[in-house]
Amino acid sequence: MNSYQVAVIGAGVVGSLVARELTKYDLSVALIEAREDVATGSTAANSSIVHGGFDPEPGTLKASLNVKGTAMMPALAAELGVSYRNNGSLVIAFSAEEMETVRALYARGRTNGVPADSLSVLGQAELRKLEPNVSDDAVGALRCASAGIVCPYGLAIAAAGNAADNGASLYLSAPVTAIAKRDGKFLVTAGPHMIQADYLVNCAGLYADRVARLIGDDSFTLRPRKGEYLLFDKSEGELTGHTMFQVPTTAGKGVLVTPTVDGNLLIGPTSVFSDDREDKSTSADGLAFVRETAGKSVKGLNFRQVITSFSGLRAVPDGEEKDFIIRFSERDGHFLHCAGIESPGLSASPAIAVYVADLLRDAGLPMRPNPRFDPCRRSDHWFRRLSAAEKNEVIRKDPRYGRVVCRCETVTEGEIVEAIHRAPQATTLDALKRRLRSGMGRCQGGFCTPLLVELLAKETGKAPTELCKGAPGSLLLAGTLKKGAEQA
Amino acid sequence: MKTEIAIIGAGPAGLAAAVAAYDAGVKDLLLLERDAAPGGILQQCIHNGFGLHRYGEELTGPEYAARDVAEVRKRNIPILTETMVLSVAPDRTVTAMNRQNGIFTVEAKAIVLAMGCRERPRGALNIPGDRPSGIYTAGTAQRFVNIQGVLPGKEIVILGSGDIGLIMARRMTLEGAHVHAVCELMPYSGGLNRNIVQCLRDFDIPLLLSHTVSRVHGNGRLTGVSVAEVDENRRVKPETERYIPCDTLLLSCGLLPENELSKGAGVPLDPVTGGASVNERRETAIPGVFACGNVLHVHDLVDFVSEEAHLAGESAAKWVLSGAAGHAERSIPVRAGGKVRYTVPQRIDSPETPVRLFFRVGSVADNAVLTVKSGQTVLAAKKKRRMTPGEMESFELSPAVLCAAFDAGEPLTVSVN
Ligand SMILES: Cc1cc2nc3c(=O)[nH]c(=O)nc-3n(C[C@H](O)[C@H](O)[C@H](O)COP(=O)(O)OP(=O)(O)OC[C@H]3O[C@@H](n4cnc5c(N)ncnc54)[C@H](O)[C@@H]3O)c2cc1C
Ligand SMILES: Cc1cc2nc3c(=O)[nH]c(=O)nc-3n(C[C@H](O)[C@H](O)[C@H](O)COP(=O)(O)OP(=O)(O)OC[C@H]3O[C@@H](n4cnc5c(N)ncnc54)[C@H](O)[C@@H]3O)c2cc1C
Repeated sequence: MNSYQVAVIGAGVVGSLVARELTKYDLSVALIEAREDVATGSTAANSSIVHGGFDPEPGTLKASLNVKGTAMMPALAAELGVSYRNNGSLVIAFSAEEMETVRALYARGRTNGVPADSLSVLGQAELRKLEPNVSDDAVGALRCASAGIVCPYGLAIAAAGNAADNGASLYLSAPVTAIAKRDGKFLVTAGPHMIQADYLVNCAGLYADRVARLIGDDSFTLRPRKGEYLLFDKSEGELTGHTMFQVPTTAGKGVLVTPTVDGNLLIGPTSVFSDDREDKSTSADGLAFVRETAGKSVKGLNFRQVITSFSGLRAVPDGEEKDFIIRFSERDGHFLHCAGIESPGLSASPAIAVYVADLLRDAGLPMRPNPRFDPCRRSDHWFRRLSAAEKNEVIRKDPRYGRVVCRCETVTEGEIVEAIHRAPQATTLDALKRRLRSGMGRCQGGFCTPLLVELLAKETGKAPTELCKGAPGSLLLAGTLKKGAEQA
Repeated sequence: MKTEIAIIGAGPAGLAAAVAAYDAGVKDLLLLERDAAPGGILQQCIHNGFGLHRYGEELTGPEYAARDVAEVRKRNIPILTETMVLSVAPDRTVTAMNRQNGIFTVEAKAIVLAMGCRERPRGALNIPGDRPSGIYTAGTAQRFVNIQGVLPGKEIVILGSGDIGLIMARRMTLEGAHVHAVCELMPYSGGLNRNIVQCLRDFDIPLLLSHTVSRVHGNGRLTGVSVAEVDENRRVKPETERYIPCDTLLLSCGLLPENELSKGAGVPLDPVTGGASVNERRETAIPGVFACGNVLHVHDLVDFVSEEAHLAGESAAKWVLSGAAGHAERSIPVRAGGKVRYTVPQRIDSPETPVRLFFRVGSVADNAVLTVKSGQTVLAAKKKRRMTPGEMESFELSPAVLCAAFDAGEPLTVSVN
């Protein structure tokens, strides 16, 4: 049985960054993920905004960790080769009354510690100059210059990969279903593995309450709240520069319009409680709401350029809990919860990781620096960033980088093979997509899917009929052809 | 690298353009193709039905392509395969990448764009529901079956009655799959009548007109789809929704010309066709850059692709041989009116030779009257019993008509009422 000082349960952006943070120290660390890949939970589908930090209630962990995490994000993204853009955000007001809210948000931002030079209240003229496509009905806005956008699953993948490069053991397809305690150590049943650990960190996202119950802790319950989105082609990516929020009203939080780090335009999300933790469906009503509400912020949304719709589930604590739940379990002082990490969880995630490490140190975990820690990881989709001369050098050494497999996003065979073999290893079409954007472009995989299936089969040694799109059971093919039936 | 004419894409359009350019006197040509073999989409179309107009026989796709490839080889025209063209500059420099040469450029005097088209994906169709596996475009499924020898699924629903979908309905049935239905949003099919008869009716596959897939179900693999009737505004009538269990949804909802390279080169596109706007020689608004085949507008028959490519190849050669002469002095725009959605060419630069206008109607026209007008004056007219959006129509303008139009100096309007 493998034994670790710390085992982190759940490899979303939070668990992955926590694991990486812990590899900065001379510790044995495991990162245990239920699914076949990291970053398939809330981290896979969200707004991808690095929030300024003016929104959370002052004095909460949400407020302090948001402001700290957002400040850490640019350097972290650079180390991990993750796409990040400091595009700034705007909260748009449509009436004098809403301008009052804008001013209140400004004040709250200052209380939360958002840098003063980052916040400003704009009038209509300034707003229009900054964003010519803003709605004619907009009367002003709160600008937050430190806000940005980041690739959320890219961040989790890179963090998990970097943790593994620095010595953490990554367990995929390893759902934690039982936790026992023997001789002061946890015994964790994770799929086919039995894992021993001194400390456990519960970063299981939407399932963190269920994981808590495995040690008899029912101190909190989570409820999924769905958010639906529409994604536009890159042709629309420059409709706005900033991320545009609407002033929250009694009627709701509104929806946002934002460019993405890949150059697309994203609108959404809805906010509706759901009872099914696996239900990532989109609905005609939800998408209609998104279309209509986003149309209030900007002019010229071209819905013919929508290339896909998707939804994500927030892990919202039921009842009294309003803040992130980051604390040791009352049932066991070696079991640390990192739960209810809803928005601004992505923004806060770098700071959450540091906070968790601090809590573990305070609890008595010996933490000497790891002298071999390397903070950097090369992006999976690195080839396109090279100059032509550099590309030629790479292709000369390995001609597979000269063969384009996904034509919409220009992904080469070399990058695909590499993503299949490096940590965290991609074994499905969706895993490749999250790393390389293969199949995410205009044709949505129409052309490259058969080629990717061929490569996955070849590199993993599986039959094409065993390969999945993503989740277990999402088989891609139904069988091979009957022999001799070659004409139609 | 340098060449007289660089041809991008070695599908039937690129191949025919190369042969025509060679025969018109330009011997220094280069075909660039990203696939491992020439032939384009025809390589995966192993059914019969190609070449009826051009050869008077029914060939399979690979057979049809093989004839063009043989002509190209006979002339020793080089084809660089597994070579992806990355960009085309307005000065006609092509940047491409492959395993042997890495990234390289080709300076050409003329360029023929022949990149074909791609299928409209699910996202663009925006069907609500889950995101399971088992949803493919019909062309992707066709490649799985015909090239890779694997079966994408067994219980099938097809959305869209484009030709590829119709052909896949038959193909999957012959492979032992069960095709439950073909749903078509419009009150008429987008495919050729011949395919509806031979691929659906002969196999008792229902074609549900004015129907759409309103929701997809399934967390892992697709488990079923909801199908519903739509009203005149193409909105789902909720009371008609019903569930069809299936493991595969094939999408055949139209093709989009593959014009990212053209856009990068600054070639103005026709918003309706999604292809370049061209003159009668298939020259785009950028001198020396020609376009033909599905990259220009979506064709239903490859025979017309070849014909158009022949014209484009020959024109490119003439342009090179005449010393890359500039633009026409006068040109007459051609506009679509009435039920006509678009025309190709979109402008005519010379009245001296007859011009065949290609067009599609946007809705079914019975007892249709086609008129060609210059301003208010009717220059030509023709009657046809029925025109449908699924079939490309054409009409020849004689030099007499063209001269009249040039004398009047007004745009030509082609309309069907
Ligand atoms: C619609 C929406 C919009 C959002 N927008 C933003 C935004 O713009 N900015 C922002 O900062 N934040 C945003 N958020 C919040 C952000 O997405 C989350 O805070 C963040 O992704 C949470 O990460 P996580 O690692 O806690 O959870 P997850 O990503 O859900 O990861 C949890 C992981 O645990 C695994 N797991 C579960 N059970 C087990 C088990 N028993 N054994 C092993 N593994 C298990 C899961 O498979 C999963 O991989 C948004 C969230 C949503 C849903
Ligand atoms: C599935 C299907 C079924 C059909 N069935 C019939 C039928 O039964 N009868 C009939 O007459 N017609 C049929 N057609 C129509 C006919 O096949 C097409 O009209 C014809 O293939 C179009 O030729 P093309 O050369 O314009 O495009 P394509 O055949 O698509 O060729 C374009 C070529 O350009 C290459 N290319 C594109 N971009 C680049 C780049 N950047 N760099 C390098 N190369 C590039 C592509 O790889 C491809 O080889 C069918 C079409 C399809 C898609």
